Amino acid sequence: MARSLLRVATAGSVDDGKSTLLGRLLYDAKGVLADQMDAVAAASRRRGAGLDLSLLTDGLRAEREQGITIDVAYRYLASPHRTFVLADTPGHEQYTRNMVTGASTADAAVVLLDVRHGLTGQSRRHAAIAALLRVPHLVLVVNKLDLVDWDRSTFDRVADAFRRYVAGFGYADVPAIPVSALHGDNVVTPSARAPWYAGPTLLGLLESLPGGADDAGTTGTDPATPAPAATLTGPAPATAAAHSAASAAPVASEAPAVPAAPESSVAGFRFPVQYVVRAPERDYRGYAGRVAGGTVRPGDDVIVLPSGRRTSVEAVETYDGSLPSAGTGRSVVLRLADQVDVGRGDLIVAADGAPTPTRDIEATVCWLAEAPLVPGRYLLRHATRITRAVVDAVTGVLEVTSGTLGPGDGLRLNDIGRLRLRTADPVPFDDYAQNRRTGAFILIDESSGATVAAGMAGPLPWAATRTVPAGSAPG
Amino acid sequence: MTTMVDTIAVVGPTALDDLESEAVYILREVVGQFERPVLLFSGGKDSIVMLHLAVKAYWPAPVPYPLMHVDTGHNFAEVVAFRDRRVAAAGVRLVVASVEDSIAAGRVADRPGTSRNPLQTVTLLDAIVAHRFDAVLGGARRDEEKARAKERVFSLRDEFGQWDPRRQRPELWDLYNGRHRPGEHVRVFPLSNWTELDVWAYIQRERLEVPPIYFAHERKVFRRDGMWLADSAYLARRADEPLALRTVRYRTVGDITCTGAVESTAGTVGEIIAEVAASRVTERGATRADDRASEAAMEDRKREGYF
Repeated sequence: MARSLLRVATAGSVDDGKSTLLGRLLYDAKGVLADQMDAVAAASRRRGAGLDLSLLTDGLRAEREQGITIDVAYRYLASPHRTFVLADTPGHEQYTRNMVTGASTADAAVVLLDVRHGLTGQSRRHAAIAALLRVPHLVLVVNKLDLVDWDRSTFDRVADAFRRYVAGFGYADVPAIPVSALHGDNVVTPSARAPWYAGPTLLGLLESLPGGADDAGTTGTDPATPAPAATLTGPAPATAAAHSAASAAPVASEAPAVPAAPESSVAGFRFPVQYVVRAPERDYRGYAGRVAGGTVRPGDDVIVLPSGRRTSVEAVETYDGSLPSAGTGRSVVLRLADQVDVGRGDLIVAADGAPTPTRDIEATVCWLAEAPLVPGRYLLRHATRITRAVVDAVTGVLEVTSGTLGPGDGLRLNDIGRLRLRTADPVPFDDYAQNRRTGAFILIDESSGATVAAGMAGPLPWAATRTVPAGSAPG
Repeated sequence: MTTMVDTIAVVGPTALDDLESEAVYILREVVGQFERPVLLFSGGKDSIVMLHLAVKAYWPAPVPYPLMHVDTGHNFAEVVAFRDRRVAAAGVRLVVASVEDSIAAGRVADRPGTSRNPLQTVTLLDAIVAHRFDAVLGGARRDEEKARAKERVFSLRDEFGQWDPRRQRPELWDLYNGRHRPGEHVRVFPLSNWTELDVWAYIQRERLEVPPIYFAHERKVFRRDGMWLADSAYLARRADEPLALRTVRYRTVGDITCTGAVESTAGTVGEIIAEVAASRVTERGATRADDRASEAAMEDRKREGYF
């Protein structure tokens, strides 16, 4: 049993009972302490309601006043088998950016449905965002089974509809758990009310998922648990039709096509350099950073990007001593065999399969700022490098619930779209499908310093059908 | 039923290694992105872990910035002695920003009988301006309090030092954005994802020294607001607050006038871990009078610029 850290994002709305589910998970797994419970009980009484577990996670005054979750809240839970970081993200469409934020670091995403409402537009959006951000594992929790008398066929109908939908995003065999968050059934404690359900509780399932420190930042490393498949060389990349449809009007929303090809490979060793460590009195020169993919060992051949200089790793070092190897997520200092020019922002990569630095990028972007995208200059941060970037064109706006690309030439807050960007310096992007850390970037507004967009290099995770104007042939 | 042994076992080497690597990455980002960082160091357990992580992060070079203690003047003598010893051993410069100096300068008014904890905010912000610090590293954790659960790792403060929870920057992947305008600064919290139990497990694993008041000892205390407060020259007891001799320890180290002790017999780090694992009260709920003022007490203080 892994005892690593598992980062979990939860999505769902207040109406689905998401805060109650999290409150239940924390409470039943003893992640909540008595004074927190006392505070919740007192606040519940002031609102004239029964014990409201959602108050455990809604931490800001405005959230409690409005009864909604506004911001990502991080909660911590330790079971006898695992430590969890829970990113609790709001469900409403106007907070899409928060869900993107929570999903960006998640090893698993828990999507919550109300059994009475089934698959709603909102839950479709949650699943699509998890797929876009390539969260390796998706878990469905069907809540409020007590309100349908624990009827198995109702649960099966909802779970099947969800599974059919997310199959289009590349998620197969998604586990579904029948739950009553209010009463605690199947959250931490197995329920006696659903004898027809033989699967694990939510906590039990999360304890058993692969992931965490050893493979964070990459997807699809575990063949037993399919990650969202990537269409790296799919026949219908979303960008192919991008130039023709600026004035197109949507016709019909089609379900996203099943991915054309499974993920073929995962990028090798990646190491963004944070800074150069010097200790002159010891004649020491090393490169500080955190392994962002793969594993490094002394003697490995590496290439420094973007310069392309080739050398090898002399030593992998830490305060606690030299290491025989360091895997993804580990912070170390690398010493290289040759005196090469390396500084903050450079990317040290395995000599085999090194990405090609490029100045032209096609990417999926979620717009995070109140002010809409203005074609023009932004700062782009990729790994530890900041460079200038120009947004050439918005080539489509994603209709997130259906996975289709619609026309559009701009992006507003919470929009997700396809962009063409040009950077001032060549940037060694990986396809986001191959490495979530070296495939990702953010855009920064140069004057305010604000983070305005989250970007993922490469094609969409599914072969998105593009809507075309009625009566005209697709270009 | 979760047994105590099970609960201790959860903090396995892998989870602690992951937390350590994340914190080291964050500390190194600070050196990569800022000109004039400072690390807040009170001598408490979180700042002890922070200093140790900083030593590891920048090895084999020394920690490249000073430490700062925002000193209310109402200290536990044992903690100040520990602070000075630890700072000397690390070979790092310590800046002491004194609330008493702020009072003497008329920046804040001392109100006898009340805690000086809220006054720290003015002293802290004045020191940030005076030293032109652009990154202020703190040991705050998201598990401490519900407003802190919403805090970013890199948290921008405006030129008045204020935190606006509704205008926080989204923080994606590990692409921490420390850009700020002149006069603004960024608070950085490398221990964001640690819990109290993680901190103690790390102290045990790394064999870090902590001030003696974290361990059970006999102390003259009196009861106020459901907490044991230390008998000290800084705090007047009321007639209905008799002194008692109790075996206590501190779960947090702060201003002596508002930091409560808990009854405990834990004499080793291992015993503290067992006690924390079995505890049913958060450390702030148990020991911080200032957080009990209202449902949003911490949020309000954070907005004003508190750590």
